[in-house]
Amino acid sequence: MTVTTITDAQLAPKDYASDQEVRWCPGCGDYAILKAVQKACADMGLVRERTVFVSGIGCAARFPYYMSTYGFHTVHGRAPAIATGIKLANPDLDVWVMTGDGDGLSIGGNHMLHVLRRNVDLNIILFNNEIYGLTKGQYSPTSRRGTRSPSTPLGSIENPVSACAFALGAGARFVARSIDTLQVHLIATLKRAHAHGGASFVEILQNCVVFNDAVFENITGKEVAPDAQVLVEHGKPLLFGKNKEKGLRLKPGKLELEIVPAAPDVLVHDETNRPLAQLLAALEPPFPVAMGVLYCNPATSYEREVVVGTGGSLDALLNSERTWEVVP
Amino acid sequence: MATSTVPRPGRETRDSVVIRFAGDSGDGMQVTGSQFTLETALAGSDFSTFPDFPAEIRAPTGTTFGVSAFQIHFGGTNVMTPGDAVDVLVAMNPAALTVEVSDLKVGGTVIVDTDAFNERNLKKAGYAKNPLEDDSLAKYQVLKFDITKLTADAVKPHGLSSREAHLCRNMWALGLLLWMYGHERTATIEWLNRKFAKKPVIAAANIAALNAGHAFGETAEMAEHMVGYVVPKAAVQAGRYRTVSGTEGLAWGLIAGLRAAGIEKMVFAGYPITPASALLHTLANLRAYGVVTFQAEDEIAASGAALGASYAGALGVTSSSGPGIALKTEMLGLAIATELPLIVIDSQRAGPSTGMPTKAEQSDLFQAVHGRNADAPLAVLAPTSTADCFDIAIEAVRLATKYMTPVIVLSDGYLAHAAEPWLIPREAELPRFPVTYRTEPEGFHPFLRDPDTLARPWVKPGTPQLEHRIGGLERDYDSGHISYDPDNHARMTKARADKIAGIANDIPLQGVALGEDHGKLAVVGWGSTFGALYRAVQIARDEGLDVSHIHVRYLSPFPRNLGDLLRRYDRVLVPEMNNGQLVKLLRAEYLVDAEGFSKVTGKPFRVTDIVQRIRGGAPPPSEGSGLGGEAG
Repeated sequence: MTVTTITDAQLAPKDYASDQEVRWCPGCGDYAILKAVQKACADMGLVRERTVFVSGIGCAARFPYYMSTYGFHTVHGRAPAIATGIKLANPDLDVWVMTGDGDGLSIGGNHMLHVLRRNVDLNIILFNNEIYGLTKGQYSPTSRRGTRSPSTPLGSIENPVSACAFALGAGARFVARSIDTLQVHLIATLKRAHAHGGASFVEILQNCVVFNDAVFENITGKEVAPDAQVLVEHGKPLLFGKNKEKGLRLKPGKLELEIVPAAPDVLVHDETNRPLAQLLAALEPPFPVAMGVLYCNPATSYEREVVVGTGGSLDALLNSERTWEVVP
Repeated sequence: MATSTVPRPGRETRDSVVIRFAGDSGDGMQVTGSQFTLETALAGSDFSTFPDFPAEIRAPTGTTFGVSAFQIHFGGTNVMTPGDAVDVLVAMNPAALTVEVSDLKVGGTVIVDTDAFNERNLKKAGYAKNPLEDDSLAKYQVLKFDITKLTADAVKPHGLSSREAHLCRNMWALGLLLWMYGHERTATIEWLNRKFAKKPVIAAANIAALNAGHAFGETAEMAEHMVGYVVPKAAVQAGRYRTVSGTEGLAWGLIAGLRAAGIEKMVFAGYPITPASALLHTLANLRAYGVVTFQAEDEIAASGAALGASYAGALGVTSSSGPGIALKTEMLGLAIATELPLIVIDSQRAGPSTGMPTKAEQSDLFQAVHGRNADAPLAVLAPTSTADCFDIAIEAVRLATKYMTPVIVLSDGYLAHAAEPWLIPREAELPRFPVTYRTEPEGFHPFLRDPDTLARPWVKPGTPQLEHRIGGLERDYDSGHISYDPDNHARMTKARADKIAGIANDIPLQGVALGEDHGKLAVVGWGSTFGALYRAVQIARDEGLDVSHIHVRYLSPFPRNLGDLLRRYDRVLVPEMNNGQLVKLLRAEYLVDAEGFSKVTGKPFRVTDIVQRIRGGAPPPSEGSGLGGEAG
């Protein structure tokens, strides 16, 4: 696979910030994500004029306005389709899709499915706050059962979708998860996503301070985090707990994971193993939630397989098949 | 088949002839018609064709809703339409006869395969009695041949199965018709050899059937029934010709437009829908011309990918039919808001909703001009013929790129499939309108307007120092940044409207297709009805009536003289294949007392419909006939 890499090592994170005032609610997790993306851009030396941030609608979709790169704030849920068109027009652009749980998994669920299936070389960052923020707090497709919201006063009766399990099911070849507040991990994950040729899907658990505050506290809270998260790394055992005293292994005779004391038969993470990634993606409390690169197994990306030429003779085309001459 | 020993009788001359081939959807009537068209073209006649096929891919055999027909009108002069009434009907089974016979002229010829008129087929077609055995066809000349047996005899030496032999019947019928009009068979034989290159036995059998049908025409038996005809050549401009369908015209025109604009790549994104898919199929084979085709997951994504491509500096094109265009509406809004070029081809069909997918209508005019949320103006064009599809596609590219706007092209299911002869243009003689991408950072902002066109600059991502953000949110007139300022929104709304209105200064003045630029009556049409309206006005003028034909290609904005022109006539009549859309736009725009004349049967206007209306009479009673039992 040929991926053109041009870097600009001179730039600092602030150089990737536009002159626009950031207008998310004070305390929003999006600030931390913006900071992490700008830091990752600087670390990777991304060339601003070659970089395009594309978004749909929602709080996360404001993202492109705050970057000093090219940016396209489009319509609700359609960013993957527009980004696909950008890559078809110019495969050398570095294109990011910034989306949310409503934008990417509800109104845009179909486009998300197909952009992942096609493996278009995009970095798709899904901000999951389990709520519709910009429209003032309705439950979203990732909201848990029982979520009370203006549109579900008695609590949601719907089953949520797991973003990472969906992405894997759609055929994504890079699937990762991180957390807005987990800066070092998030930046490293974004860099991995960018390095992957083809569609990269990163779910970021993001706190909506106004409409769904602390919804991830049972996963991200300082006290509970060591037991509530398992940080996966390729080639390393799946250990967690304050002292890495617990591990995950396959339950003998079953295709499911179980928690065991750290022992030699704890599974070693293999990010090229799709069934394992699917098991990890589906983990939810009381299991630890898996963070990191769940799956990475590159293949040639869609736009690189498109065949197009430019030299065809129009006269030859118009005179193809049967013609006849009328003489004066 | 015995060779003819009887001298060929003298041929009679006909100015023009309308033939309709009709049979089961599996009988190969479309290829039969296409090959007859090719031989007609090579014989030097002018022609116009109209394929009429059912929505079902393979309807149950012998049923009326499975009837597939192909009509060709050819001759030396005045071939403007596929023809109102049929001179010769080839009916391969009873269903084809019952569905199509009402369009046959009194005294016209019907050729039937007697073998197909068995009890089972008669019942399926709804005949209580065999129409070949009573006097129900008395007003026509009925030529009854056992085409099935004659074909089987002809292909016997090639050892085909009876099913394979049966599939050669259409070539026998084609051979007979080619004889009747003195056409050659050479191009058809070449075509059969090419098509069945890997099955030489099938090719040979089809050629044998073709030759047998032709020879049958020259035999004694045939001569007793009828004579052959001579149709004069058309007096047309000298040059190299070919047939062109609307689909081909659009595909090639888009490529010509791409070249004219000097754009490297076209991204054509579509989603399968009848009757628009043919354009996707055609362009998918033209990769060598800078065309990337993308079959998207839905109509919305198709328009999104096309717009994304335009954003990135390519020519974004999307295509659909009415129900799909409805889904593209939000992306059109974004294209208008972000002021990006986008070409949308709408192959209109009868609606609403799924409607009649294979039947033509002109009922998306309102949708194209006004069908979006908020004040969202764009340009709308409509080709008048299959050949004009080529020119209109080039014009769409010119306007989209020069004015940074979406342009909707209103084709229809009739134009998509119809074919006409076309004087092939030379690339060197085509227009040139190279686009300029902005690269200069000094004084740049994304909504800086060209003082003449009011268009904003087109910037390719990848251009240093021009990094900027655009989107659907309202933007400041002077900086391009997000703005909720009330006065700014009013100013931007006006700027978007003025930009599209200004296109009127950059398009030809509205001309008169036929007649004077003033008088008692103007017949005003748009789109694929051109041929029928032109011919009707010609006939009415020959009768001494004061009537002119005006055909509008630019529907948004209208040519700037259109209102003044219409006011110079006492009456304005607007025939449309819809329930009255252009007529309302004209009345709203110009306060002229235009009258509508609708036809919404899924079939094109007949010349006689229009002539009667011009004379002041009501439409003929047969209006709407011929729909048969086709399901949508």
